[in-house]
Amino acid sequence: MIARHSRDQMARHVARDIPEGAYVNLGIGMPTLVANHIPPEREIVLQSENGLLGMGPAPAAGLEDYDLINAGKQPVTALPGASFFHHADSFAMMRGGHLDICVLGAFQVAVNGDLANWHTGAPEAIPAVGGAMDLASGAKEVYVMMEHLTKQGKSKIVERCTYPLTGLGCVTRVYTDLATIHIRPEGLFAGDLSKGLTLEELERISGVRIGALGP
Amino acid sequence: MINKVVESAVQALADVPDGATILIGGFGSAGLPTHLTDALIVRGARELTIVNNNAGNGEHGLAALMKAGCVRKIVCSFPRQADSWVFDELWRAGKIELELVPQGNLAERIRAAGAGIAAFFTATGYGTELARGKETRRIGGRDYVLEYPIHGDYALVAAETGDRWGNLSYRMTARNFGPIMCMAARIAVAQVHEIVELGGIHPEHVVTPGIFVKRLVHVERVRYKPTAARGEEQ
Repeated sequence: MIARHSRDQMARHVARDIPEGAYVNLGIGMPTLVANHIPPEREIVLQSENGLLGMGPAPAAGLEDYDLINAGKQPVTALPGASFFHHADSFAMMRGGHLDICVLGAFQVAVNGDLANWHTGAPEAIPAVGGAMDLASGAKEVYVMMEHLTKQGKSKIVERCTYPLTGLGCVTRVYTDLATIHIRPEGLFAGDLSKGLTLEELERISGVRIGALGP
Repeated sequence: MINKVVESAVQALADVPDGATILIGGFGSAGLPTHLTDALIVRGARELTIVNNNAGNGEHGLAALMKAGCVRKIVCSFPRQADSWVFDELWRAGKIELELVPQGNLAERIRAAGAGIAAFFTATGYGTELARGKETRRIGGRDYVLEYPIHGDYALVAAETGDRWGNLSYRMTARNFGPIMCMAARIAVAQVHEIVELGGIHPEHVVTPGIFVKRLVHVERVRYKPTAARGEEQ
């Protein structure tokens, strides 16, 4: 029996790997959980694409101000030391290579680091890309946080993405409910295996070659 | 005497012609100049091309403009949202054209228009569907896509404070596209919550210098409340 990592456990794995002093963009959805697990003694600066550096947590009920929101358009706060800036400056932080880490959700990640997370390609689906392509091509490190399998039980880590791409060869790490997988030029390497899961089983489920992450 | 302050939002937009390209500030509802978008509905110009990050929320602001049948095409990065049903229905019915642009390209293309840049190469979108058919070039071992500026006939932005020269300051994340859109349009119109005497905005705190702004209008602050999604999860 495999005990999958909870979303909070996945968020803890990501938070553990973000070093002191990093400038970080957390994508909407699951990645926003990472902020809850950063140790209070570690100083990390969160960027919100809509023009805020030094983003703080949600305000107390009743103190929401809709001129101060995050990328998901939810009210947030600005920490002491925060700054506001316009959209071209905000995206220059990504595109100019100033942002250390972004954490994104994904539909698929390929063994070569290709990322697909903006569009299923279905003709009925209205496409929306937002800042995903800028983050994918601009951040120094692109981490993905996602369920390992689709609802139909297919691996989202794939040999080649079948969904439309967001960025080429950009993902360096994938945090899933089964494991944390490092993508390196020489191959994939897994750690943080969920309880009861062997590396062989993870490889079989994923359908791709995965080695053990060294200590 | 220079005085860019006009009496009303309707007056500020009285000369908008059919078919104009209009840059509209705002990210979701923050910085969305709803008094100006409402005035544009009153003006009744049709066949507009709208440039905004999103494609409207609920039934106010940009969504109301689309619902009124004024918009032929929208250029944006993130149309689909829980409360974007006005756009969704128009798009599914084939009544509105969509140009989907990665958000950083949207911002930089607008900035480029304001800065007189004819085109630029960017890594964003390389190898993806959104760069299909576009010119590419390898520079310094990395692949880039050629992108062109987005000029506006008009820009409608929401700022916090303005003066009669058109100097503007903004409020928190409502700044978003305002400064670059003012630069990129032939006629930039700002709605502001406060108009002060010259010097009332400290020169160090002017975010948009008046040279980029043609008209401004004082409006009352409206406290925004999010709309609930129609039968969908938020």
